[in-house]
Amino acid sequence: MLSEPIKAITARSFVIRDSNVDTDQIIPARFLTTTERGALADACFHDWRFTPEGAPTDHPLNRVDRDTQRILIAGDNFGCGSSREHAPWALRDFGVEAVITSRAADIFKSNALKNGLVVCEIDEAAHAALLDREDLEVTVDVVNQTITAGNITASFKLDPFARTCLIEGVDPLGYILNQSDAIARFEQEHAA
Amino acid sequence: MKTPSPSDTSPKTLFEKVWDLHLIEPETEAAPALVYVDLHLIHEVTSPQAFTALEERGLKVRRPDRVFGTLDHSTPTTPRTPGAKPIYINAAAKKQVETLEDNCRRHGIRLAGWDSPERGIVHVIGPELGLTQPGMTIVCGDSHTSTHGAFGALAFGIGTTEVGHVLATQSLLQSKPKTMRVTVDGRLPHGVGGKDLILAIIAELGAGGAAGHVIEYAGAAIEALSMEERMTVCNMSIEAGARAGMIAPDATTFAWLEGRKHAPKGAAWEAAKSRWAGLKSDPDAVFDAEVRLDGSKLAPMVTWGDSPDMAAPIDASVPRAPEGPAAEALSYMGFKAGEALMGETIDAVFIGSCTNARLSDLREAAAVIAGRHVKQGVRMLVVPGSEEVKRQAEAEGLDAIFRTAGAEWREPGCSMCIAMNGDTGLAGERIVSTSNRNFAGRQGRGVRTILASPATAAASAIAGAIADPRRILEASHAQ
Repeated sequence: MLSEPIKAITARSFVIRDSNVDTDQIIPARFLTTTERGALADACFHDWRFTPEGAPTDHPLNRVDRDTQRILIAGDNFGCGSSREHAPWALRDFGVEAVITSRAADIFKSNALKNGLVVCEIDEAAHAALLDREDLEVTVDVVNQTITAGNITASFKLDPFARTCLIEGVDPLGYILNQSDAIARFEQEHAA
Repeated sequence: MKTPSPSDTSPKTLFEKVWDLHLIEPETEAAPALVYVDLHLIHEVTSPQAFTALEERGLKVRRPDRVFGTLDHSTPTTPRTPGAKPIYINAAAKKQVETLEDNCRRHGIRLAGWDSPERGIVHVIGPELGLTQPGMTIVCGDSHTSTHGAFGALAFGIGTTEVGHVLATQSLLQSKPKTMRVTVDGRLPHGVGGKDLILAIIAELGAGGAAGHVIEYAGAAIEALSMEERMTVCNMSIEAGARAGMIAPDATTFAWLEGRKHAPKGAAWEAAKSRWAGLKSDPDAVFDAEVRLDGSKLAPMVTWGDSPDMAAPIDASVPRAPEGPAAEALSYMGFKAGEALMGETIDAVFIGSCTNARLSDLREAAAVIAGRHVKQGVRMLVVPGSEEVKRQAEAEGLDAIFRTAGAEWREPGCSMCIAMNGDTGLAGERIVSTSNRNFAGRQGRGVRTILASPATAAASAIAGAIADPRRILEASHAQ
């Protein structure tokens, strides 16, 4: 089973400067009762974007053009906290295709890459430069693992397998299933 | 379990030993390692889409015997009469629970369901039932899976896609993490426990300080911890960004496990013990990072901000000249720069969660609160970690101590830690909580969470303000 290959993304950026943005901010826990996929766009950063009564707040996220601003420049240690895959699902449903940060939390990064959300960890100087400018045109080149935004350039390093999965549309489960014989052998050798 | 080949004599860390024993395929330049999973714990929140993904592809659960499910996150904790049906916060929560019940039934997976005497928070029941054992690989769609590392298991949280991978293949693609040893020397002072220790460690490392690493906790102070405290310590490894936390199994571990339902029995127990005794880092093993703390210098810890690394000794003040995130955190918490933490008023206390809802935690809180009363106007919830913890606590009369003091005694579940079942605070309230995360809005929109030990939480409930449990414990002792 193949998914749509992602070789490069060009879109405009929007910025969330805060460091340590946790998964409870990305999607509050009360939205985790879903048993399906999709329809989490409103849940994405819900409590930043909406009042308790459901009216939009004056948060800058409500001024993001979700059709064109599809690359999030985020502060350090983005996505810390829980393992909820609802966090990258919500970001994808909101329209985000890539997150550029200086450091992303491990489980978030792993979950994101499995959902076509490219997480690019770049050096602090380039990160600081990108954080300072809203609505830039940014190109994320997944094949060459580079970012270009005007005169700002940076490189990032994906897990090689995650990169292959993205650019070739490889499905990791299919890859593991192809190793069923090795798994069976392991189980035989280790049977208690 | 396979014995490592005799040629492989390089010194290894505990993590590397467990890792190597579960390698189906080693890591290459092109692909991560394929790692076998011994135990897969599931709950209602992070599993439904995984089962759907499996069924869409016509796949079966490869090893239902290695999967165990429980209901904890979305379930109500309101007191109930035996046999009564749960009343859920909304239809979605009910559907989520029913979906797991249905998935377990159809795939032949054991489930500690609503009426099971084994039901409870996933990271409480795994150890309690003896499902968690040294040297195992354990995963769950929950970041606090690191709890099980207290037994010398390699245990970590995964996302829903990976839950699907494990259901279908009993294995996971994993890049080998780095290793970090956190050595805690000395002896923890009286009135300072595992929760205080891990908050101090997180404050030292920072919220992302252990990213990409598996932490091994070692040293005299760690060895002296009870099994429950070790679970509390490993539980919060993720709050420093760590992939997992581990502690080498020892006599404390074996004594705690012996006789538990799924622990080996008889000759198998003896064989297991001698195998497990080798699960420790070799003396010359090299860690990618080393951190050292003096346990004898620690005090009860509380958090003052909206990230678990914003923690300080209880007799300290909040930052005097905060900038950036610290200033925002103080503003969120309603603290003024430089104020003393002790004496800050609170509105509620929550004793519960996979961090601190085991029997010893409830005993610790009960010892502080016995014969005293929760301050008028303060709400206190005590939520046992499992049906078993609840039964034992009630057999000891702890429920009566809490009720007499004015606290609510609830049914087991995650409750106000993740606040998705209806147990929430109100905007602006300060809650002293024995849980693991003080993120903004974690316990309800606008709620201000102060993380603390069960003893500190109980002392604070009595005072209606952040309070040092040592003063009460000393007063009790003097009487």
